[in-house]
Amino acid sequence: MNVNYLFSLATVVVLIVLTWIGVDTLGLKGFFGIIIPYAAVVLFIVGVTRKVLNWANSAVPFRIPTTCGQQKSLPWIQQDKIDNPSTTIGVVIRMLFEVLTFRSLFRNTKAKFKENYRLSYRWEIVLWATALAFHYAFAVVLLRHMRFFFEPVPLVIRLLENADSFFRLEFFSPYFAVGLPGVYMSGLVLLGALLVLLGRRIFLPQIKYISLASDYFPLFLIIGIAATGILMRYFAKVDILAIKAFAMGLLTFNPAVPENVGTLFYVHLLLVSALVAYFPYSKLMHAGGIFLSPTRNLANTTRAKRHVNPWNYTVHTHTYEEYEEEFREKMREAGLPLEKE
Amino acid sequence: MASKIKPAELLARTDHRPPRTGWMDTPVVIREGMYCYASNPKSVEYVGLPNARAWNPLEDDWKLPENWQEILHEGFKERLERFRTFKVFMDICVRCGACADKCHFFLGTGDPKNMPVLRAELLRSVYRKDFTAAGRIMSSLFGKHISGARELTMDVLKEWWYYFFQCTECRRCSVFCPYGIDTAEITIMGRELLNLIGLNIDWIATPAANCYRTGNHLGIQPHAYKDMLDFFVSDIEEFTGVTIDPPQLNKKGADILFITPSGDVFADPGTYTCMGYMMLFDYLKKVYGLDVTWSTYASEGGNFGFFTSHETMKRLNAKMYAEARRLGVKWILGGECGHMWRVIHQYMDTMNGPADFLQEPVSPITGTRFENAKSTKMVHIAEFTADLIKHGKLKLDPSRNDKIRLTYHDSCNPSRGMGLLDEPRYVIKNVCNHFYEMPPNTIREQTFCCGSGAGLNAGEDMELRMSGGLPRANAVKYVHEKYGVNTLGCICAIDRAVLPALMDYWVPGVGVAGLHELVANALVFPEEEGPREMNLRGEPLGAEEDADEE
Repeated sequence: MNVNYLFSLATVVVLIVLTWIGVDTLGLKGFFGIIIPYAAVVLFIVGVTRKVLNWANSAVPFRIPTTCGQQKSLPWIQQDKIDNPSTTIGVVIRMLFEVLTFRSLFRNTKAKFKENYRLSYRWEIVLWATALAFHYAFAVVLLRHMRFFFEPVPLVIRLLENADSFFRLEFFSPYFAVGLPGVYMSGLVLLGALLVLLGRRIFLPQIKYISLASDYFPLFLIIGIAATGILMRYFAKVDILAIKAFAMGLLTFNPAVPENVGTLFYVHLLLVSALVAYFPYSKLMHAGGIFLSPTRNLANTTRAKRHVNPWNYTVHTHTYEEYEEEFREKMREAGLPLEKE
Repeated sequence: MASKIKPAELLARTDHRPPRTGWMDTPVVIREGMYCYASNPKSVEYVGLPNARAWNPLEDDWKLPENWQEILHEGFKERLERFRTFKVFMDICVRCGACADKCHFFLGTGDPKNMPVLRAELLRSVYRKDFTAAGRIMSSLFGKHISGARELTMDVLKEWWYYFFQCTECRRCSVFCPYGIDTAEITIMGRELLNLIGLNIDWIATPAANCYRTGNHLGIQPHAYKDMLDFFVSDIEEFTGVTIDPPQLNKKGADILFITPSGDVFADPGTYTCMGYMMLFDYLKKVYGLDVTWSTYASEGGNFGFFTSHETMKRLNAKMYAEARRLGVKWILGGECGHMWRVIHQYMDTMNGPADFLQEPVSPITGTRFENAKSTKMVHIAEFTADLIKHGKLKLDPSRNDKIRLTYHDSCNPSRGMGLLDEPRYVIKNVCNHFYEMPPNTIREQTFCCGSGAGLNAGEDMELRMSGGLPRANAVKYVHEKYGVNTLGCICAIDRAVLPALMDYWVPGVGVAGLHELVANALVFPEEEGPREMNLRGEPLGAEEDADEE
């Protein structure tokens, strides 16, 4: 048993239990429904702003892109304009590929000893595919939730919703109440991807070895969010209209706790709040950091254009005069030219 | 000098499964063969680095200054402000593990602390404790295991020293990282911090001091440098029958200043590459009137400061521009070297520029404008030679290299810090008839390190070197068995110094050659009469059959 994932799991369970007691037994609906979400958003905004400004305050003294392809050199040599960009457009494209398609991760290989200790490298696509599925599913889920904050619901969101529920999983139908729309793929993909990512950390020895509690915690947290969301939609059948009124109330700073909404909703809301508040103070900030990564966001033009180091200072160097002073006799004997005879 | 452990034994004990104890609970054991000797106090003192004293990493007392934790804390803080890379890389790793099996040291040793992610965690764990509120709070509430934040103790420091000198800053992990986290950058910072309290290895400290004093890492004094080049002139004549003029040294008003790593001047097989440059320049002088000078003052391309601190790097690098200015050349040409080119390409102009006293590099022979070197005014010799060949300016007879069945090792820094991939291949294809690539996952930007770069090419850490070089050797072995490859080409002086030992250990029968050795062998001089009989090494030229007879 691993203390890191047990701790993370326990933390999420404690959060759930606390909400249950708080809402169900103590009746603290206002605290869990209004105060905590507002506090989480404040922590998020303050945290993200501080973190990004903090990064931006550090200098980028040198231009050190990692080049993953042919440089721009002689006109007849074909440059790899994306992985070794020499223009801003190239850099933007490289970054877009990184952010939208996880291009570097796509290269992933797995190394293994084969017979006679021959190292072989297999293309390893699982991590890339799962990571991509997770991020896109999460994005779709988030966007879908925008319908709670808009009246009327924007066309884009409605279209996205329709696309997301395009495939009707008929074999589920007998178990679900009549009248529900189709099953949202994004929710299932999200949960599935999370389980794979968690499974990697638990079952792959190397990944388990490097994992910290802060790697398991967000996974359990988001699994909790996805699971409660799915439960509410397909099984608990919460009052969507009441939730929408509540969400609009929060958004317009006119908050009121919803009536007739089960505790499950508060659990969902608390886990989301926890995630939002946790975000800026954790590794989840990779979402912002990737844009500031100097090995990816700079053009490889250091020999073509001068890059200035804001804190460059003068250093003591060993001058030619000092050098000749020390070796003059030997240089003279060897017939090397001298500045001072 | 090879490792005392036989290849089979080394392989048999390479296990990639992590130990049962967590990495924070696995204390560092500094093991013979896996580390380099501590820096010699004289060298540390010579370049003005702090805490020069004799010390031994195997002893408990490292003779550190009283307030070493405070010094490191301040140094850490300062570097977080100075390098966005450092700060961002401390914050955004998600430990996805994509880098884990990309490191040659991890593949070769199986030591999990050689996974790039863990190497970085060695610093990150202290960063969390000292520089993040969340880490501080969590560690005081739940301890180091849950928080991943730990105090900088003597054990942690030993771990830093041991593992930051088990990284060759090759950047292979960075290629695969979804955020571009560059462990070379982490190692550079880690080594800078260590240098603040006088912890380095002698294979870095002494070459750095030598470079500072004599201009090159081997400490060759000016007259000896001249002797060596003169000696090559007679070797060339003896073996190839071609008479060349001795290279011009420290000549004011030459067109081009040529700087190459001093390893090329000193040790085989780098010396053959050096003869290659000399023959090429002599050819160009005779046929096209090219005026090249070498310098004894700036007689080192390799920059051992890069393995010490940014400041030391800058101090050593300054000689290149200073000498170009003094000699009044038009621009600078650089020889085949790895880290030298990382420094030239990514640091030189920023640290010691602007080089406005030089002209934008134009090949006087082909008229090609090297626009990619417009600001630095420094061109890589592979770019220069590829351009000459493309314009038909060299008369080449590739059949003279027919005995060679070549594969090409992309040296880490030119490939992952510049993107110099196709220029050397173009040259190779024009001077060599038998060229075979290693498997795609082991070349170009995915190339494997020689395992001895970044100052680790000492004799005492041979086991580390042979382990680290395993993935490179493995790929060579593949083409050796499949195509009968017998020569490993490269464009790095460290490669030429260390790959022969690696090949002897893992793939006996494969030699090592620099690019310009092959060029010079193929180069047909105007006055050359009749076929050449020997190559630069004094070995008979001949068809493949001869090679098989051996």
